[in-house]
Amino acid sequence: MKNIWYVAKKEIKTYFTSPIAYVVIAVFLVLVGFFFYSAIWWFNSQSIQMSQNPYYYQQANINQMVYAPLFHNMSIILLLVIPLLTMRLFSEEKKIGTDELLYTSPISVGQIILGKYLAALVVLASMLLLTGLLSVFTFAFGNPELPQILNGYLGLFLMGAAFIGVGIFFSSLTENQIVSAVLTFGALLLFWILNWASYSASGMWKGVLDYLSFFQHFDDLTRGILDTSDLVYYLSFAFFGLFLTHSVLQSRRWR
Amino acid sequence: MIEVEHLTKKYGDLVAVRDLSFKVDKGMIWGLLGPNAAGKTTTMRILTGYLPATEGKATVCGFDVFDQPNEVKRIIGYLPETVPLYPEMTVSDYLDFVAAIKKVPSARRKKAFDLAVETSGLEKVRKRLIKNISRGYKQRVGIAQALIHNPDVLILDEPTIGLDPAQIIEIRQLIKSLKGERTIILSTHILAEVTQTCDGVVIINEGKLMASGSLEELSASIRKKEGVTIRLRRAGDEAASILREIPGVEKVSRQNGEFAVEWSQGKDLREAIAKLAVEKDWGLLEMRPVAMNIEDLYLRVVSGGIET
Repeated sequence: MKNIWYVAKKEIKTYFTSPIAYVVIAVFLVLVGFFFYSAIWWFNSQSIQMSQNPYYYQQANINQMVYAPLFHNMSIILLLVIPLLTMRLFSEEKKIGTDELLYTSPISVGQIILGKYLAALVVLASMLLLTGLLSVFTFAFGNPELPQILNGYLGLFLMGAAFIGVGIFFSSLTENQIVSAVLTFGALLLFWILNWASYSASGMWKGVLDYLSFFQHFDDLTRGILDTSDLVYYLSFAFFGLFLTHSVLQSRRWR
Repeated sequence: MIEVEHLTKKYGDLVAVRDLSFKVDKGMIWGLLGPNAAGKTTTMRILTGYLPATEGKATVCGFDVFDQPNEVKRIIGYLPETVPLYPEMTVSDYLDFVAAIKKVPSARRKKAFDLAVETSGLEKVRKRLIKNISRGYKQRVGIAQALIHNPDVLILDEPTIGLDPAQIIEIRQLIKSLKGERTIILSTHILAEVTQTCDGVVIINEGKLMASGSLEELSASIRKKEGVTIRLRRAGDEAASILREIPGVEKVSRQNGEFAVEWSQGKDLREAIAKLAVEKDWGLLEMRPVAMNIEDLYLRVVSGGIET
């Protein structure tokens, strides 16, 4: 356990001494801020129109009209920035030769992977926490429902965790960071849009494609529905990524 | 202390190390000498548990490097050919990290850190980022990370490569000062490094063992032989077999148009050779004694002119 923490601490330090974490977090926040602003602006104009009619006015819901689309936009931005966070994790070690230090130290490959995974999760969590500042305004001037918002954040975190699992796997495959990022991005996008194919599929395939798609599982979470099957999906996705990474790195030890 | 038995490593069809066996005793500094691409780095990577051997066995302090990698990793300090440094860390952060993953107990970590910094002479740069320090200091940081967990065995892959002459001398002195409790293997393609710092040597070429032993043993076995190199104006291939017929001659080889004739110590066949050359009308142009020392041995090993 301690070993995992040692590796994580080193990775977190590297994230924050190099500009990577700052740039990724800043870009993420600027984009989220922009989407938040436009969602609020739209909600505002809709509310004014709705206030003409008491019935519709009842329907105006900040969770549905601001947070749900915002979470969807945030998930797309995550899809774009997570590959940039994970691309260096193993690629760089291989490129500059520091993997030789790690693999000749008395710590296991599993501990190294989990340490790096943990570090990326910390950056993801800080990114999401900082967007929490936006909610200060909605709570000050409106009455959104907190559990539903937290549910959305949980969804984003789990999805990010799954993305990082995929990213780490591709990073372990190559010593070129660009290749690692492009492969991660391609794989994530493919899993995202997999449910498009399900429109034309039928029977079992439709179910399979729907289940595999990132999008389908995220939709529930933004609407405030916490379904264990979605949790299981994201966690198993992350686990599978880490498992493949372990196999790739361990194959070095095959005779 | 370190035993390598019939080690073979193949990368696909390429054989990097071929049936290599040698032994290093406790408290010795041994050099792994060979030209580039001789299999030195591969051998060291196998010893440190970075790579598995295709065949054969290697043990360090009685632990098998393949079956008990964690025990071996705890007692080995390793400086790879490319020093494994994180450019964005400061020297002290880096050494702290290495101490942690090398399982130095936290109570002893401060002391281990101070000792490694002092031994490697890093006092001046400990607060600086690794990417901003000079090549010589980087090499020192590499040695400090290999030393930080006070290992019984040190494996140094080309520790002086890329350094200026003054730095080379400093690093060699540093390595010599580490001798004593520790067993050290260093690899190099420079012979002087071996004769100046090592007690023994393993010479390899193209993955094969060419010679091994302590420096005294090797020089003694070389001194047993004497020989001359002769240059002849008119002599074909048949000259070699005729020379071989002189009583006492043990070996004749032809290199670059010259013949090397060897015999056992105590005889002197120079006169007989000269006489034969005159009788056969070969046109003897030059005859010079072969100075047999480790340098010759190494050069001949590397150029493929020796069988052991």
